[in-house]
Amino acid sequence: MRVNKKSLLAAGAVAVIATLGLASCSAGDSGSDGEASSSGTLTVWVDAERVDALKGAAEAYTEKTGVEVELVGKDNADIKDDFIQQVPTGKGPDITMGAHDWLGELSTNGVVAPIELGDSAGDYLPVAIDASTYEGTTYMLPYAVENIAVLRNADLVPEAATSFDDMIAKGQAAGLAHPFVVEQGAEGNPYHLYPFQTAFGAPVFGTNDQGYDSTDLQLGNAGGEQFAAWLSAQGKNGTGNFNTDIDGDIAKQAFLDGTAAFWLTGPWNVGAAIDGGINVAIDTVPSPTGEAAAPFAGVKGFFISSESKNKVAANDFLVNYLGTEDVQLELFKAGNILPALSAAAETASSDPIIEGFAAVGAEAVPMPAIPAMGSVWQYWGIAEADIINGADPTATWQKLTSDVQAAIDAK
Amino acid sequence: MSTTIDDDVTTETPPKPTKRQRQAANIADAASGGIKMLLFKLVLLGILDAVAVYAVLVLAGFGQWLIAIVVAAVAALVNWIYFSRRKLPAKYLTPGIIFLVLFQVFVLVYTGYIAFTNYGTGHNGSKEQAVSSLMASSLQRVEDSPTYPVTVVDQLGTLGLLVTDPDGDAYVGTNDQPLEPVDAEFDGDKAVAVDGWTSLQFADVLARTDEITELAVPFSDDPNDGAVRTPDGSSAYLYTSTLEYDEAAGTMTDVTTGTVYSDIGTGAFTSADGDELLPGWQITVGFDNFVRAVTDPRLAQPLVYVTLWTFAFALISVASTFFLGLFLAIVFNDMRMRGRKYYRVLMILPYAIPSFLSALIWAGMMNESFGFINQVLLGGASVPWLTDPWMAKLSVLLVNLWLGFPYMFLVCMGALQSIPDELQEAATVDGARPWAVFRLIKLPLLLVTVAPLLIASFAFNFNNFNTIYMLTDGGPRDSNAPIPVGFTDILITMVYKVAFTGQSRDYGLASAYSIIIFIIVAVISIIAFRRTKSLEELN
Repeated sequence: MRVNKKSLLAAGAVAVIATLGLASCSAGDSGSDGEASSSGTLTVWVDAERVDALKGAAEAYTEKTGVEVELVGKDNADIKDDFIQQVPTGKGPDITMGAHDWLGELSTNGVVAPIELGDSAGDYLPVAIDASTYEGTTYMLPYAVENIAVLRNADLVPEAATSFDDMIAKGQAAGLAHPFVVEQGAEGNPYHLYPFQTAFGAPVFGTNDQGYDSTDLQLGNAGGEQFAAWLSAQGKNGTGNFNTDIDGDIAKQAFLDGTAAFWLTGPWNVGAAIDGGINVAIDTVPSPTGEAAAPFAGVKGFFISSESKNKVAANDFLVNYLGTEDVQLELFKAGNILPALSAAAETASSDPIIEGFAAVGAEAVPMPAIPAMGSVWQYWGIAEADIINGADPTATWQKLTSDVQAAIDAK
Repeated sequence: MSTTIDDDVTTETPPKPTKRQRQAANIADAASGGIKMLLFKLVLLGILDAVAVYAVLVLAGFGQWLIAIVVAAVAALVNWIYFSRRKLPAKYLTPGIIFLVLFQVFVLVYTGYIAFTNYGTGHNGSKEQAVSSLMASSLQRVEDSPTYPVTVVDQLGTLGLLVTDPDGDAYVGTNDQPLEPVDAEFDGDKAVAVDGWTSLQFADVLARTDEITELAVPFSDDPNDGAVRTPDGSSAYLYTSTLEYDEAAGTMTDVTTGTVYSDIGTGAFTSADGDELLPGWQITVGFDNFVRAVTDPRLAQPLVYVTLWTFAFALISVASTFFLGLFLAIVFNDMRMRGRKYYRVLMILPYAIPSFLSALIWAGMMNESFGFINQVLLGGASVPWLTDPWMAKLSVLLVNLWLGFPYMFLVCMGALQSIPDELQEAATVDGARPWAVFRLIKLPLLLVTVAPLLIASFAFNFNNFNTIYMLTDGGPRDSNAPIPVGFTDILITMVYKVAFTGQSRDYGLASAYSIIIFIIVAVISIIAFRRTKSLEELN
């Protein structure tokens, strides 16, 4: 009993120390952040996979200016919410890496500061600049542009398809029952279906001089209903080219197994296909109509915190340093997606895969970042999934449009 | 360990010792503790105090006075308790209480606080932050205005900008003094120094970031011409602002349209016709979130059937896992069965695999066109396991049964083995049939021990986020509902969707829901525990 009591006491003491230790740790953390802000250190949150790519640039910048750049690797999925929550407390970073479609949310929460690209704005791909601008103000330094394209198994189908029907025909001629796969899911995946929708002339929103106009919902125009009818014909009760049971993994497996010759996906899957021994070629998205099938472009970039104590250094680091061709090429090597700076993009396009994606990207439109887009995502996928699974296309599409409009009006 | 505590309590408390006896006991305590024990205690408390002092210093250094005081008070209290010769119960309880406060009470209180605020998208920070963010975003670069190379200059502590215009002329100005031409020294095309002013090097510029961020040099005497600002200390641009903030009146005015947005106590600047300028700021809103949680027509309709399904899910899960577990426990408790050990190990397996992992694997196996169940077991049938509203409910219950029965199996087996065999023998001798023995003797005895666990299991399943989120994510989606809920969503996954998915977060509303869920579970548990007590009295 003595022994037990002692050990209990000891355990208790250890526990208390641990508790206070924790408290002091958290205090220590906030302390170092505070110091960082006052002594000219830039804290940069970076997608954990790209820390190494930025390391060289950060060190070179420190050498040039004496400003320390502290890179903090974070899980990409957590960055946005952590940034929104931590900036108002004053403990967030000075700069964070992010994607342009966060812009509406970041701006509505008041956590980003505008960036002035000045004359260098003309050096970037136009889609990157469009995407970095929200309600007429630029908030992001773009570094990469990402979009989906069709990956073709060149051993099965040696020639690019000229249209959607041509693609299916070519694949079937090669002996494949379902030659085309695209990632869907029980709740659909409108991002991957958007190229076909634009081919029918039905963008989500119209545009004005400030960018996307949330009051001008174009989703439900005549083209939208034609698209819905086409989608229905390609769904469960039609050709079966679209199937909501095919998720990302199943689509990938089908392409790697050679049971599908065409795979509509993004650059993030190219590595897996090449590693799987597939002779990959990148094609534009074959259009079901005569019009170009334009996918969404996702632009990656850097934001400056509105509460940063080092805005001058942050602006200098982003605009005058990360915006240079060398640094953009360095980042390109780590991520293998097209640099946003035109000169770097040109250099990077010597790689045929990148060139293929860039060619599709030339037609791409930036994914809307306006908050109204959140209301669209909510209903869009599920309506498309219903249509693929045999729901009445026109009625479902009209309901989608009215639901989205109601949700936007309710805000 | 628990028995020793019990011993301790029983030996120490019942016969009230006299003062002298207590002193004697204390001396004996201290003596038998020995010098090693004392040293050990001193070292541990010493480390604790050192950490506490360091923490207080650091916290005080950053002006976190409240936390510093709390840390100091807790450290003092801990020292007092452990150096005291009495306070025996406190010595046992203190560590636990500190953890309880840190990890439970604080979290609960904070959730409660959030439930009374409008914290969420657009109401994220303080009013000052909202104002400064609005002002920063309202700056519009004057169209077709050039980039001005600038040097930041200082005159007796006042910062100014030395601006070179595209014609190569130099101007200088400050916050109060519009730009006026000066004769300057040039380095190439850029003016770098001017008499009477000190040019700042890049390091000096960085050190005075705050002032430079605030520096806006009027372009001319006419304020409508805008002001020159430099974001990076080397180039400047001409901006006009579309918003004007009147601090005294607390209003924002859009100078292009003339619309006045005022602070009407809703946490955002709002115009007369209801347009809000976002970002707003965080305010407390009283019971608004709770009222909205039950009255908002967009939420109310889904809330009803989600609540019903949550109760059905929790009750059916408890009942099904309990009866399957009980049935298996009885079967495997039969001495006549061979190899019981091996079967038992197999039975425990689902319990040993992390539930989120199993749920994901089940989701894959239940895929309608490609899943193992349809393709292999059912020979290519297309059963909509997860895509039909009713089948999805059934699938969720089945998977939860698979996940949950081993626990009930274990619990029931232990409880069954503790029921004396004599009772069964006596009943059999009296001529009772096996079913009657089970129903009238074993089950009531079993329930005495198991009923509290059933209540705990109900509370667990009521908030069984993992299974739902990983298996169906609440789907299939109810395309008629105005919010993205599905047919298998339970309250907690619905709350998650309200708070964390899509582009608009509503932490206040989600916290209000959490509190409502907490109250529901607490009330049901209290009622149920009352009833188990009566069960105990019966026996």
